Amino acid sequence: MFFSYVWHELRRRMRQAIVISLGLALGIGLVITVTAASSGVKSAEGKVLHSLYGVGTDVTVTNSPKAGSGGPQGFRIAGSSRGSGATKVNRDSLVSAGLGTLSTATLTQISHLKHVSAATGALSLTDTRFSGTLRSSSSSSSARGSGAGGGASSFNVKSFTVDGVSVSAHRVGVLSSATITSGRTFRESDSDSDVALVSSNYAKQHSLKTGSSITVDGKKFTVIGVVSSTSTTDVYIPLARAQALAGMSGEVNTIYVAADSAANISTVSKEISSVQPKATVTTSSDLASEVTGSLSSASSLANNLGKWLAIAVLAAAFAVAALLTMGAVSRRVREFGTLKALGWRSSRIIRQVMGEALALGVIGGVAGVALGFGGAALVDALAPSLTASTGASTGTAAPGGGAAAGGGIASAARSVSVHLTAPVTIGVILLAVLLAVAGGLIAGSFGGWRAARLRPAAALARIE
Amino acid sequence: MYQLTKVTKDYRKGRGTVHALAGVDLVIENGEWLAIQGPTGHGKSTLLQMLGGLDRPTTGRVELDGRDLAAMRESQVTRVRASSIGFIFQTFNLIPTLSAQENVEVALVPLGTAAAERRERAAEALASVGLAERLRHLPSELSGGQQQRVAIARALVKEPTVLLADEPTGNLDEGTRDDIIALLEQQWRKRGLIMVLVTHDSAVASQAQRLAVMANGLLAVRREADATRPGDH
Repeated sequence: MFFSYVWHELRRRMRQAIVISLGLALGIGLVITVTAASSGVKSAEGKVLHSLYGVGTDVTVTNSPKAGSGGPQGFRIAGSSRGSGATKVNRDSLVSAGLGTLSTATLTQISHLKHVSAATGALSLTDTRFSGTLRSSSSSSSARGSGAGGGASSFNVKSFTVDGVSVSAHRVGVLSSATITSGRTFRESDSDSDVALVSSNYAKQHSLKTGSSITVDGKKFTVIGVVSSTSTTDVYIPLARAQALAGMSGEVNTIYVAADSAANISTVSKEISSVQPKATVTTSSDLASEVTGSLSSASSLANNLGKWLAIAVLAAAFAVAALLTMGAVSRRVREFGTLKALGWRSSRIIRQVMGEALALGVIGGVAGVALGFGGAALVDALAPSLTASTGASTGTAAPGGGAAAGGGIASAARSVSVHLTAPVTIGVILLAVLLAVAGGLIAGSFGGWRAARLRPAAALARIE
Repeated sequence: MYQLTKVTKDYRKGRGTVHALAGVDLVIENGEWLAIQGPTGHGKSTLLQMLGGLDRPTTGRVELDGRDLAAMRESQVTRVRASSIGFIFQTFNLIPTLSAQENVEVALVPLGTAAAERRERAAEALASVGLAERLRHLPSELSGGQQQRVAIARALVKEPTVLLADEPTGNLDEGTRDDIIALLEQQWRKRGLIMVLVTHDSAVASQAQRLAVMANGLLAVRREADATRPGDH
């Protein structure tokens, strides 16, 4: 009788049932989509931190740059030739990426601190290649490229990022979050070799594969592997080779540190600060607050606007459901009065009303989950790649002496690009179910309260 | 048996008070058919509500088989209504979304009757009022007379000791009215019920064993049960 009565009653009030269910579905769907997007943003933030500083890295140590501290230019003049008033130029410049330097002695000191389980250094560089033809009005034109003189000069500048990494540190550092997709990673024996790993994006752009050759600072390197990583570093070479090419022997610009447990991260951070008071010591939670870029904006959007919008829509849906349910009970006063006259207790009538409201809540919940999945799929499909940056430079690490013609020096900020996803988890679905039940109960309790207050005599005295 | 002692019922209406019942004394014996006649607004339906425990008197006692309905808790009165009192209304008051059989079953739900037994008894009750072929019809698919028959089946399916009918033929044409009254009389005779029928129709009232008239909240018996009534032998 109960289920039959509920079913028949909902069929009679089909239009109203659809309105209530749709309203609940919209609210629940929005909550699921926003929750999934928030979860996706958090996951992306995690990936960003991992790729910027590696999985397993708890603390990073850097220094602010001093002017001219970027190391001497590693210029090569190759293939230049003079024609009538024209000089062909091909120059390579390998410079530090806008961070100050730290010595390998500092690295050793840090690695021996209490609660430090691993530490490694890396040298982030930018290789800028200038090539083209410089024209001048006199036969003794200088190699400074200003493009002045008879005829137009034409040149182009390309750059790519190079990270010098320890060949033995796989547990901590930028390569710890990368996956080898072809070839192999570095071995101990590669420390002085001209071998390189390239990112999968860079490999695709330049049609590189294992065994291909690339030029770093004019030197030929052999590609031994391709890595997949969310980091924007294009090429990885052994640290010792990077130091030699950049003229920065015994120097690194980032030290990655792993603590022996999460509880000791803060202690390790303090210890490093005490032995290196001028260094910038950052833990992963500090980094999280420094992340800027469209990922950070997406995070704010999801957590603030998205969350409150979802709550507002859901509250409105609950209110509409409650009002419509109360209205329906008002229209059924004679019916409920008759049931009371027949001996139905108020509690049974309330159960009937609650049952009808709960059924609508469940229908709304199922539709809401479907809408939520759809919304999440749309976010997956349509969301653009988001970028995240951290660690802006406060000084310039322009190399001392000589001007750089055209070209750019990479900013000290490290950037990562991630694709935003919106995973719908079991937890989110359970949340949807709870919301559906809550919506039904709230609506039903308002209606039930109204029905319970009916006096049979008054109810039967009303004329419809 | 019903015994009403100095029953009054007052309603607040705006700043004034309406005295719907102004002190009713009445005894209704077991198996008696009482018709209550009178103009609209003089307390007939209010008196019926007192008899059915649907409302409580302002003062006085309403005793059914020695128990004062006015003094009982609401849950107790509800139980009495569920088991002992059947109602028939002028506007039939069927649940529009339930079939004829389900409408009759509704009266058995408070008694905790098992589903299968409910269905069986409902079918039998409908058959006894001549609607065996209309079990699955919705009220909207039945004529007025058929709907009232369903209501009668609903009132009687639980084997009550009292049947209270408030203008049961008020919405029916003359021919159907006579059929319904005949059916009610048949059931009354068969079951030995107390039947109290409120009507403004003299033709209906004249069929009853005993006749009382409500006027201005007071009840006056016009014809006693032992008087000969038309048609009795």
